[in-house]
Amino acid sequence: MVTQTPVTSIAGHAPASQHGSRAFDVVYDWITTVDHKKIGIMYIVYALIFLVIAGIEALLMRVQLAVPNNTFVSPQSFNRLFTMHGTTMVFFVGMPILFGFGNYLIPLMIGARDMAFPRLNAFSFWISAFSGFLLYFSYFAGSGLYGAGTAPDVGWFAYAPLTARVFSPGHSTDYWTLSVLLSSIGSLGTALNIVATTLSMRCPGMKLSRMPLLVWLYFVTSCIAFIAISPLSAAQIMLVIDRYLGGHFFDTQAGGSAVLWMHFFWIFGHPEVYILVLPAFAFANEIIPVFSRKAIFGYPAMVSATVGIGFISMGVWAHHMFTVGLGPGANAFFTLATMVIAVPTGIKIFNWLATMWGGNIHFSTPMIFSIGFLFQFLVAGLTGVMLAAAPFDWQLGNSYFVVAHFHYVLVGAILFMIFAAFYYWYPKMTGRMLSERLGKWHFWLFVIGFHLTFDFMHIPGILGMPRRIYTYEADRGWAIWNMIVSSGAIFQTIATLIFVYNLVVSYFKGAVAGPDPWDAWTLEWSTSSPPPSYNFAKTPTVESRRPLWDLKHPEEPDTQYE
Amino acid sequence: MSLCMNQAVVKGLMACAPLAHASQFAQSARHGALGLSNFLALQLGQSSTSIFAPEGTPARSIFGLSMLVLAICATIFVVVAGLLLFTVIRYRHRPSDSDREPPQIYGSNQVELSWTVIPVLIIVVLFLATARIIFTTQQAPRPKAALNVVVIGHQYWWEYRYPKLGIVTANELHVPVSDPSNPTPTYLTMSSADTDHSFWVPVLAGKMDVIPNKINTMWIDPDKPGLYLGQCAQYCGAQHAKMLIRVYADTPAEFAAWIKDQQHPALQAASASEGRTVFLSNACVNCHTVSGTAAHGTFGPDLSHLASRATIASGAVPLNQQNLRAFIDDPANFKPGALMPAMHLSNHDLDAVTQYLMTLR
Repeated sequence: MVTQTPVTSIAGHAPASQHGSRAFDVVYDWITTVDHKKIGIMYIVYALIFLVIAGIEALLMRVQLAVPNNTFVSPQSFNRLFTMHGTTMVFFVGMPILFGFGNYLIPLMIGARDMAFPRLNAFSFWISAFSGFLLYFSYFAGSGLYGAGTAPDVGWFAYAPLTARVFSPGHSTDYWTLSVLLSSIGSLGTALNIVATTLSMRCPGMKLSRMPLLVWLYFVTSCIAFIAISPLSAAQIMLVIDRYLGGHFFDTQAGGSAVLWMHFFWIFGHPEVYILVLPAFAFANEIIPVFSRKAIFGYPAMVSATVGIGFISMGVWAHHMFTVGLGPGANAFFTLATMVIAVPTGIKIFNWLATMWGGNIHFSTPMIFSIGFLFQFLVAGLTGVMLAAAPFDWQLGNSYFVVAHFHYVLVGAILFMIFAAFYYWYPKMTGRMLSERLGKWHFWLFVIGFHLTFDFMHIPGILGMPRRIYTYEADRGWAIWNMIVSSGAIFQTIATLIFVYNLVVSYFKGAVAGPDPWDAWTLEWSTSSPPPSYNFAKTPTVESRRPLWDLKHPEEPDTQYE
Repeated sequence: MSLCMNQAVVKGLMACAPLAHASQFAQSARHGALGLSNFLALQLGQSSTSIFAPEGTPARSIFGLSMLVLAICATIFVVVAGLLLFTVIRYRHRPSDSDREPPQIYGSNQVELSWTVIPVLIIVVLFLATARIIFTTQQAPRPKAALNVVVIGHQYWWEYRYPKLGIVTANELHVPVSDPSNPTPTYLTMSSADTDHSFWVPVLAGKMDVIPNKINTMWIDPDKPGLYLGQCAQYCGAQHAKMLIRVYADTPAEFAAWIKDQQHPALQAASASEGRTVFLSNACVNCHTVSGTAAHGTFGPDLSHLASRATIASGAVPLNQQNLRAFIDDPANFKPGALMPAMHLSNHDLDAVTQYLMTLR
């Protein structure tokens, strides 16, 4: 800390203890930091830890379901496993990892020195981090009453009235409610920060129409988060009122409405899918052009499609409720709204294809993960169209077909792009390259495991297997498919271990990256790797969407074409 | 089943082996694909709960729609995935490529317009086909001859009430078979006594949620006599997995006989009087009803005609002396987490009460 430059103290660093040890200084520095890059990395590491935890939960479930009438875990433990797996993956893996990348990248890509509200940023991270620990603390403290369970077991969408005190005694549901509520506060803070940063912190010359697509998509994501997370928080508070202050919002025994909870939850829950998937699209928008060596095809169309998805995503929530007994009019409306969202989504896929068309495609690890994403997202979108047809959903809803569909989105599309983002930006964050050889092992093993698990998972759904059952009858013809599904988990586990090993080893032994290892075009590659705490010594000025292209190709700069 | 899969795998491997001639390869690939699709079709048709093996009107019209949707989606998949594959292969980086960047193309309004308009047209078709099935299923005219059954979901079992017939039963639903020329569908009026459930018998109809404080309806019209299986499709608590559904579609004669049997008060066999005393003097009566006795409980299944059913514990195990005894002793033997407590009866009382319940035909 003796070497601390004046610039970092201007950026808001508290001076470290004068007489502490060096280890203490490091810890103190990370805990008190308001630097967007450090907060971003903390978000990512925190999410990776929970990814491993929730992955282990998934593995335990797949062991239980590998054969019919298995007794590997008790019904109660199984119900906790799927509740914790879902809640963790959505709130403590998906959101933090995407916010982590956003935090790290947005200021760098718009030529800013930090987020608009650095202290709010630190607050958002720490409250999110606390909420994750709170959720898992329920394993020790959730019971509270004789006969009550420990961890939450109400499912990740916690349908009323299963959450009422009569059906869920003890405190497990309270841990779920409060941790989700707190993580929502963190998410709202970060969303606010991203909106403010994009609107007010762009460097000179960076008009909205020149902003990197990643930043555009994060901007739209954050606007969706604003609108969608508020009803979730409201619902959690109403649930607490029901449980402890005698409210009857969702308490059906006292005239409350179970369907009301569903509306509240899904008006958050469906936009949440887009909160998670738009950042994945954002990564693809940066990675696919660089490894195809071409500018993104149809930038204005990509922006409009994103904004379109943002708006339509607010009007499709009841497609999660086709089986709750809506009238035919409502069913038809939500069928149409849901199908319409396929149009802007299709535009995106076609634009990515057109970007690759005529390019010079380099199969580096970030790109092969992106190609995997394109293929799998296509399938996920098409099974989504099937589920949008309400009568088809009367059969497939709440079956393993749905589980396969949304894992195709969450794993096949989002997680694949998160892996791609790791391989692409890890050099920027650490100054070291990840091993390409291990990266390819990771990719191929994960692809094999993914397709074994999630392709074959559609079939038991078609054969009538509902989700969230801890075991199943032997005579339904589901056993062989479940065995294949479970076997895929082994490949995914090995692949993930290779990935984590690669992250750790490359940090110490990876090839030195240099500022611009991919010959890329956006501003984050114009500063050193890792960037100094002030990001840019001199605030950059841009004249096009690809400022580094202009520098590298003065003979045909983008400015001529925009 | 596994033999069939082996054949498919062998065919698939054979398809990959001879790569010498393109045409030969294409032919074997076609065989491999055929083997696989035959295998899949066999599997999908074989399961007793496959949505692709409909036995009633709602399931059949959904099946028709799903084939259309599947065909359109499969076509889109083949076209787009083919484009992706072609692009990746055709425009891959080759070591011989020069260092020059490829020509930069920033977009094209005509192209953007075409891949906006074509999906819109596809969606119009899909939506109209879907809307038709939504309305024909949800607003189907109700024939005079329709039977009405009240379905009440309970934590981990189903209660069925036939209001016009004065019948109350549990877990095994009997309905008349419906002749398409003279339809006798069964309308289910559904609600829940506790948490959310969902009634799903895939070969008969799509699922409908069973929600407390809300009344939903659906209808089924099995066109062949037989047993149709399903299970609760909305997570409802610890034993959601063993809340199974059994629907018996009876011929008119069978159905009339079943009604007659169920309308009789419970049999009071003299041989089982000791077990009856055990039943009536224990906590059983708080939750269970046996018509014609002092047992009027409604938290658990009506046992007046228990022995006429093929299963206990909501379809979890077959009904026989041994299983019933083990279930009364401790329901956790079959359904850990079920709400019925372990009764802690002496062996003697356990035998007696089991014997009594087995007489309730």
